[in-house]
Amino acid sequence: MPPIIEARGLTRRFGDTQALAGLDLVAESGRVTALLGPNGAGKTTFISAVATLLRPDAGDLRVAGIDALAHPGRVRQVIGLAGQYASVEPAMTGLENLHMVARLFGLSKSAAAAASADVLERLGLGDAGDRLVRDYSGGMRRRLDLGASLVGRPHLLLLDEPTTGLDPRSRIELWEAIRGLVSSGTDVLLTTQYLEEADQLARDVVIIDHGRVIASGTPDSLKDQAGRDVIEVRPRHAADLDRVRDALAVVAAEAPRIDHDTQRVSAPVDDGADKLSAVVRLLDEAQVTSDDIGLRRPTLDEVFLALTGQPIDGAGPDDPTADAA
Amino acid sequence: MTTTSVDAAAAAARSAEPRAAAPGAGFATTAVTTSRRTVLQFFRTPQILFMGSIQGALFLFMFRYVFGGAIQTGEGLSYVDFLVPGFLVTVILWSGMSAAAGVAEDSATGVYDRLRSLPIPRAAVMAGRSMADGTLVAWGIFVTAIIGLLVGWRPDGGAGRVALGIALMLVAGYAFTWVFITIGLVSGNAQAAQGMSMLVIPFSFISSANVPVATMPGWMQPFAANQPVSVIINAVRSLMVGGTETLGIGHTTGYWVVLSLVWCAGIFAVFGLLAVRRFSKMK
Ligand SMILES: Nc1ncnc2c1ncn2[C@@H]1O[C@H](COP(=O)(O)OP(=O)(O)OP(=O)(O)O)[C@@H](O)[C@H]1O
Ligand SMILES: [Mg+2]
Repeated sequence: MPPIIEARGLTRRFGDTQALAGLDLVAESGRVTALLGPNGAGKTTFISAVATLLRPDAGDLRVAGIDALAHPGRVRQVIGLAGQYASVEPAMTGLENLHMVARLFGLSKSAAAAASADVLERLGLGDAGDRLVRDYSGGMRRRLDLGASLVGRPHLLLLDEPTTGLDPRSRIELWEAIRGLVSSGTDVLLTTQYLEEADQLARDVVIIDHGRVIASGTPDSLKDQAGRDVIEVRPRHAADLDRVRDALAVVAAEAPRIDHDTQRVSAPVDDGADKLSAVVRLLDEAQVTSDDIGLRRPTLDEVFLALTGQPIDGAGPDDPTADAA
Repeated sequence: MTTTSVDAAAAAARSAEPRAAAPGAGFATTAVTTSRRTVLQFFRTPQILFMGSIQGALFLFMFRYVFGGAIQTGEGLSYVDFLVPGFLVTVILWSGMSAAAGVAEDSATGVYDRLRSLPIPRAAVMAGRSMADGTLVAWGIFVTAIIGLLVGWRPDGGAGRVALGIALMLVAGYAFTWVFITIGLVSGNAQAAQGMSMLVIPFSFISSANVPVATMPGWMQPFAANQPVSVIINAVRSLMVGGTETLGIGHTTGYWVVLSLVWCAGIFAVFGLLAVRRFSKMK
């Protein structure tokens, strides 16, 4: 099968901002690809180009093998879009919303009714189908919006930050819904600002910044490239901070860091679980009591820092986008 | 068969049977389906539904009873019969303001992004919007006409002419929706759209709607007498009162009706094209 998305050298400028700066991206069919990047990285701009809402200044873009710049109408026949903000109609019921979009995808009235009911059921909104969307919670709206993008059974779903603004429970429900889709054979391109989300959902992750790709691979390979799991300890007494640092230094892969504001010591480690029990033992021997001790994945900030040598929102003086295009 | 060829056959079966490309809805289905959303939005939001009517009623009351006594209309024509036809035409402008805000909101919230991503004719989305807004204008005119009848308006131009007057208002209402759709698309957000729609105030007040143009200062009269809203008001009013004689506007009823239709056709052509092109263009 050809790649579902094939972008070569996409550029797009808005005034002084180079939103896409020669973006190359290939998303394979049959899997979820996550586009990960900080605010302003160009995620929405790229999604908009794939969705034929926006024309790149230069570059090639193929979607499901179709030249998206030459035949945008044919691309629209194979995609479904859920934008960054839920765009379902509050004054209509869940069922009415889906029925409307299904009709627009070209389904007959009866097929649209069947597809809408089916999608609602799969998204766990079966009971809420006859209620007005203005009475839905934020999480329900987001799920319905996802439903609207897929009620026409598109080959490729484009989801722009599908879980932003959701509480943890709703986020997990939405993840479940997306996983269900993939198992039914839909390709998904989603954007996110959270490594964890990419990790949970995607087989391929593409990290972008300033409109170009800075790394890509499976979540694990990115973490291997970019950062290790981190052990973090908060001692009960601030006086113990140095002793905690010494204990962590025994197991850590890099020098531990003390954050005096939050009174935490953190250190990247390999083989996190083993090292965690070692740290517990070492702290015990040093007679340090801690309020909190744990192992966590590197955050997007840490991966980003490791890959670029820059924190996410601190663009350096040599802005890589300044002279592109 | 070896395992490999079984797998290959399965893969081939999968790729030989890709999901059919969505055919997409045609022009009429798209227009009707999307316009239904806008109409429901209006009728299912009681605040909008009632506030709009109450506002219209208040203004009509004030003009009829507060200013009415001071305003001289022609011989043999009561102020209420002068006022209501003009007032009905300005309803087109006032409901246009909320239409522009609605379009701007749909642009800003991603509703139009989704619609643009679907396999449908983009012009049909605009056609649907204009149909919905046209329907809402018709509703506004209907409600205002009832209030007019309650405060003593008695159109006595004859059933045929009154019906023609109503039809002309609907035609004009439809043509003007395209002005407000264009404003909504250009403005980018609902507040800005409201702001830009303030343009309706001079067109509504510097017109023959509420007072005879002859009572305005000389420098204002050329605009007040010839701008499209006044032309349409003159046509509708002549039809409703049964002629131009008592109105002091010259010409015949037919003249004003034809001129109104020319204006409507021009507005429809220019703003229809602007709106459709703006909506269909890729960013
Ligand atoms: N229509 C526009 N006009 C001007 N600038 C724009 C426009 N759209 C995007 N930009 C700019 O292009 C850059 C990339 O924007 P984009 O929306 O693609 O980022 P993003 O990765 O989606 O960010 P976020 O996580 O905040 O949604 C930003 O600097 C943004 O300000
Ligand atoms: Mg975005």
